Amino acid sequence: MNEMAVTRPLAPAASGRTRPGRVAGAVLMAVGVVLLGAAAVGRLPASGWTAFALVFGTFGVGAIAHIVATYVGTPPGIQNDGVQFNGAQTRGFAGWLLGLAFTTFYCLLYWKGELLGGMVALVEPLSRMLRGAPADHWFLYGFVYTYAIVFMGVRFAYRYRHVRYQLVRTASVVFFQLGFAFLIPAFLRLMQQPEFYFTYFWPLKYDYLFPGTIADLTKSGASLGVFMVTWGVVAAFVATPILTYYFGKRWYCSWVCGCGGLAETAGDPFRHLSSKKLSAWKFERWSIHLVLVAIVLCTALLWTNSALGGDVLGRFSQGYASVYGFVVGAALSGVVGVGFYPLLGSRVWCRFFCPQAAILGLFQRFFSRFRITTNGGQCISCGNCSTYCEMGIDVRAYAQRGANVVRASCVGCGICAAVCPRGVLKLENGPTHGDRFEHSGKPLKALLESLRARS
Amino acid sequence: MHVVILGNGIAGATAAVEVRKRQKAWRITLISGESDLFYSRPALMYLYMGHMRLGDLHPYERRFWDDLRIERVRAWVEHIDTRERRLRLDRGEAMPYDLLLLATGAQPNRFGWPGQDLQRVQGLYSLQDVETLERATPVVRHAVLVGGGLIGIELAEMLHSRGIHVTMLARESAYWNNALPDQEAQMIGRLVRERGIDLRLGTQLAEITDDGRGGAAGVVTRDGERIACQLVGLTAGVTPNVAVARDAGIPCSRGVVVDASLRTAIDGVFAAGDCAEIAGPDGGRVEQLWYTGKAQGEVAAATMCGERARYERGVWFNSAKFLDLEWHTYGQVTPAVGQRPAGERHGWWQHPSARHGLRVVTRDGVVVGMNAMGLRHRHRVWERWIAERRDAGYVLDHLREANFDAELSRRWEPQMRASLKEQLA
Repeated sequence: MNEMAVTRPLAPAASGRTRPGRVAGAVLMAVGVVLLGAAAVGRLPASGWTAFALVFGTFGVGAIAHIVATYVGTPPGIQNDGVQFNGAQTRGFAGWLLGLAFTTFYCLLYWKGELLGGMVALVEPLSRMLRGAPADHWFLYGFVYTYAIVFMGVRFAYRYRHVRYQLVRTASVVFFQLGFAFLIPAFLRLMQQPEFYFTYFWPLKYDYLFPGTIADLTKSGASLGVFMVTWGVVAAFVATPILTYYFGKRWYCSWVCGCGGLAETAGDPFRHLSSKKLSAWKFERWSIHLVLVAIVLCTALLWTNSALGGDVLGRFSQGYASVYGFVVGAALSGVVGVGFYPLLGSRVWCRFFCPQAAILGLFQRFFSRFRITTNGGQCISCGNCSTYCEMGIDVRAYAQRGANVVRASCVGCGICAAVCPRGVLKLENGPTHGDRFEHSGKPLKALLESLRARS
Repeated sequence: MHVVILGNGIAGATAAVEVRKRQKAWRITLISGESDLFYSRPALMYLYMGHMRLGDLHPYERRFWDDLRIERVRAWVEHIDTRERRLRLDRGEAMPYDLLLLATGAQPNRFGWPGQDLQRVQGLYSLQDVETLERATPVVRHAVLVGGGLIGIELAEMLHSRGIHVTMLARESAYWNNALPDQEAQMIGRLVRERGIDLRLGTQLAEITDDGRGGAAGVVTRDGERIACQLVGLTAGVTPNVAVARDAGIPCSRGVVVDASLRTAIDGVFAAGDCAEIAGPDGGRVEQLWYTGKAQGEVAAATMCGERARYERGVWFNSAKFLDLEWHTYGQVTPAVGQRPAGERHGWWQHPSARHGLRVVTRDGVVVGMNAMGLRHRHRVWERWIAERRDAGYVLDHLREANFDAELSRRWEPQMRASLKEQLA
């Protein structure tokens, strides 16, 4: 039979999708993009706050108009009508175009920052006000990033307004991005202090435990610097295991982290593009743990070198660190991680490469009370849960046999439970972690026995 | 040994996997004229609404079937020769079998209405139905659905998502109130109307009119009202596909008649799922739900492999989503007040928003059933309570245990407990 007809609509989508507000919003956003382009090439006939308001105001008003026209007045509930018919969301022409635009921006940001001068000038007044310092392309990036999380966060919250978990979680990611990843670092700069991000730790923010960074922060015994270093160590080695034991990796990945925050908000239209194939899972388990090994090795090398006074490993450890920075810090986390949202889904970085996610995932898999439980025999194998899982987990495979979902990669976003039409899935912090592995009720004993059996 | 299974829906696909688990060496062939791969039938609506693609509806990747060495044949079966144990496929090809499972599913009811065979008159059961609907959609502005059950509301939601105005004709006095008590039925009816769907209760179809080119132009109700439309959805239940079995001389009543082990009267032939009618002392039962199909597929596989298996459904349960309103039910709930056995008492709590409700039913003080509207409840907990014959006091004191709503959801257990205890005391 011809299966084209059931995979491609022959008729227009619901009338709600062609409301005038949506068109007006789209036009305003397009004007915003054109103005941004004009600013980038220095042809915007305005400057200072006027230019800032013109570009970001026009785009923002357009975005809000579009969101309001799309969702306000619609009944609360799952809003996935027509997702698979939208070219921008299904690797159509618009999707590839978006991917190209995102990757280009990241390439310029990391390697040709000077070409962004026109755009940097736009945020100059904001930088002066918040940081008391001139803007640079990293400040521009931080601003655009936060702007995307705030506006797309509004969209996400409106889409899932019938699920309180989603509202609270979205408020959390917006709060941590706006406060801890944007305003506080800017304020620190204003106070002539190091721009420190309290919500990023080693190994995601890998240089926070590099000897050079620690030396800089604690230079001349600055008490704030000592606090920052202590914070970083405690967060990485004490808070992370404890919080992950009680809540799973979600406490960080879908509630606090900025990468996760962008994925959950700006990445939401693309979440279904993650691959659910077995081959993707196999790749993921290698790639993410290899990055973890690489950064542990990198840190160890730098410390060894520092202990040896820089005599033996000097060039090598520095070179290794800069290669890691290029490959993982820039190419994988930025260009691929966000640039490929419209092609591979919103969690490419988090799923395949993030070393922080690797550590949290190991804890979640073996020593955590978090799991997704399934509701007896109610599953109809429809596939909404798997389709909309941004981490590419085949949730249905668990749900249809009534098994708990215990997976290292699950970030606990809760969308599988929201889109389930039969009330089958629930995120829970259970009383035990007995569903982790055999004899996991007594993990130490199990470990000792397995060692004894092997020796 | 060659096991041939007709139909790759939930019953047929489950049976194929279950036979393979028991018999590594047997040859297993899964025949379907409908689709290459087993897909989730209840998810067809999401295909049309653009939530998922066809590939997303497949619970298992293609390689799963290859790894299990389950052969798949895309064909319709034209004839079964039970004496020679041989099938004839629509391509003329013959296929011998040793054991045959009929899992041929069902089709939308057509009650002999004039015009029921016109173009753009259809039900919603198969992949082909969605394809036909997709082809019709560009010319449809208004659709009339005949029958107001679960499929009716699904089809209404589907069409509505494409901007098509929908009129639903329902024979009942409230939405689906042959299955739901009045309060639940009214809750859904109100939601359907709020959504802009024109729900006509107590209305029946008389005929479907012709547009002069072989397509539907409208309907006439029994009250003589004419409603112009371009599409008529037949959603008044489904009837088992028995034609191929009946032609082969396999005894059929409403469905293909089987015993509790899912054997038909003919040696080597079994039936499961939507097409099967399980004979019993109180007459035959036809069960057409996803989980009953799955359970019957498991029993049929065990029987075919020589085990003594019996299909026993256990505590009844079901669930659905009416537009955005979720429903869970466990145990026995007699919908009509007049038909409730002596000693059956109902307690109903409803949130002021009319988006959440809980019904608890007791018989002689023992909890026998429940309905949850806009609330998620745990299957295993209610199953246990009903099996253990708990009283209302116990169940209401432990309601929290049964709650399955997402974390941070609003909870109303104290209000429910107070209200329901008073009604059931």
